Amino acid sequence: MPPKRLDLREFFAATRLVIVAGKGGVGKTTVTAVLARAAAQTGLRVVVVELDGKPALGRLVDDLPVIRLTAADALADYLETHGLKRVAKRLATSGVIEVVSTASPGIDDIVVLGKLKQLERSDDWDLVVVDGPAAGHAITFLLSARSLLDTVRSGPVHTQATDVLEMLADPARCQVVLVALPETTPVNELIETAYALEERVGVQLGPVVINGVDEGDPLSPGPNTPEPLVAAAAFRNARRALHRREIERLGNDLAFAQIHLPHVPTADLDADDIRFLANLLLTDQLLEPTT
Amino acid sequence: MSDIGTVVSTADVIICCGSGGVGKTTTAAALGLQLAQIGRRTVVVTIDPARRLADALGLADGLTNEPTRLDIGLPPESVGELWAMMLDTAATFDGLVRANAPDAEQAERILTNRFYRNIAGALSGTQEYMAAEKLHALHADTRFDVVIVDTPPTRNALDFLDAPGTLARFLDHPLFKILMLPTRRGLKVLNVAAQPLLRTIAKVVGGDVLADAIAFFQAFAGMETGFRSRADEVMALLRSDVTRYVLVASPRADTVEEARYFAARLGDSHLPVGALIVNRATPSFPVPAGRRAARDAALWRNLDELNAIAAAEHIQLADLLVDVADAATVWVPLLASDVHDLTSLHQIRELLFAPALFDAEMSAE
Repeated sequence: MPPKRLDLREFFAATRLVIVAGKGGVGKTTVTAVLARAAAQTGLRVVVVELDGKPALGRLVDDLPVIRLTAADALADYLETHGLKRVAKRLATSGVIEVVSTASPGIDDIVVLGKLKQLERSDDWDLVVVDGPAAGHAITFLLSARSLLDTVRSGPVHTQATDVLEMLADPARCQVVLVALPETTPVNELIETAYALEERVGVQLGPVVINGVDEGDPLSPGPNTPEPLVAAAAFRNARRALHRREIERLGNDLAFAQIHLPHVPTADLDADDIRFLANLLLTDQLLEPTT
Repeated sequence: MSDIGTVVSTADVIICCGSGGVGKTTTAAALGLQLAQIGRRTVVVTIDPARRLADALGLADGLTNEPTRLDIGLPPESVGELWAMMLDTAATFDGLVRANAPDAEQAERILTNRFYRNIAGALSGTQEYMAAEKLHALHADTRFDVVIVDTPPTRNALDFLDAPGTLARFLDHPLFKILMLPTRRGLKVLNVAAQPLLRTIAKVVGGDVLADAIAFFQAFAGMETGFRSRADEVMALLRSDVTRYVLVASPRADTVEEARYFAARLGDSHLPVGALIVNRATPSFPVPAGRRAARDAALWRNLDELNAIAAAEHIQLADLLVDVADAATVWVPLLASDVHDLTSLHQIRELLFAPALFDAEMSAE
């Protein structure tokens, strides 16, 4: 089968909410910024949402609007709009909110998802891109609606959970983008997460993003090449071989379109690097897994 | 600056901290491997739900809350041992409740309470608290000479350092104070129906939640003293000079920022950073003198690029290195493959404790 190209423009236009998820250290925030920037380049009105409270995102997306959502704020807001307006402040300062969210697990996730649903329904935006929950939390986060439906049989929480489930099940409204590095452990984790999300949450998975890919032709030293050049070439070739191997393995195990973000040779990305990567995405970096 | 061999080989407790994705779990395992190698009976405690440690150690069935002895291929005459376990927060909490309850019946009432079941695994701070508790138990366990703890990859990983009182943090919990009124003879549970605030909350989240919480606090009354004195013991161990703190970072802006946060946190508690381990560092290569042959242009470009990245990484690390100037610092280079078996874990161990091997390793690839 020849590699089929994925049109990122079509992907952005075909859904309303993109949740970016991946383990710590894989560059989830970078990928969120790149996707948001690329979508904005295609003319969509894009809003970025961060759930982790990491200040880096605002710097990376530059002039795109960023909304910070924390579970505590969302819950306070939720209680306020459900008849607790007068005591909302006291609730926050007394710590009751933390207790409520701990004592009924999932309620903090469901109010955050509820907020995302509000943004998704809003006419102010064409696309909402979310820097998803932290390491390992993505599955429980997205499962919260289903679990709450079982425990809370009626009332406002039940309605909220039903609405959220409806959104998650509809690919035209919501899709999840998983991120990994082209290395053994991150690829294993991505595959596990992908199966869990599809089977247990029933949410549509969009393209898989492989971040930090070092691609290039093998470097071959000649007989008179100075030793440090040989060592440097051997190091680079070995890294590239690892990346190729892992990308291929991922493609064999998961039949999703892959987006490869090239390794940017810097220790600290900025908004210009994000623009560069976004432009790459919109031109030629989109691949179906090679077969 | 001391060397990392001395820092870890003289410790009874090693606490590894750092943000997610920096190779903290792998580092903890490699330190364990080294200590076992030099003849110490070592146990590594991880909280990583991703089973990275189990994978790295070749444990197909994963790890449990009980230490498992690992076959690391030491010669039969060696006295060193390596054990590993995965922290089960809820199970550790259960053990603490059983140990402190005056009788089995009260323990059972707490353990089966729905509010307790929810907070045991989930209340913020519980995981850190239970990691400290487990550490104390393993330290007292005569099977082990040294305990290595891989802390959760969160900012509050070191919250247990704050104060002994914080260790029993859920007793200081606001809800406890809201629901329990101090009386002359002890604590008394408030009447929910008489509290408009609680009544309104019950309407939104359901009355069961509050009823469970009250039943929990009633069952718990009287057990605080035991919890607090245990917390004092744990604190004393964490602050003693047999405990060493090892910071793990990678040369990226966000992880360096986290490492600096942890260094400051330890500083606030007057605890020194014993060692800083910089993982996944891009190697740099000496630049040969003389003319650059056109034939080797791509190779030169590669060498320049790698050296430029390595230089940028050093700049990224500069402030952190000043923060922890007294710590033993080791750079572990990015490897051609990642750590997923015992062989590659041994490779990391060698790089940590004999950095001179680095060049030989790289050119052997």
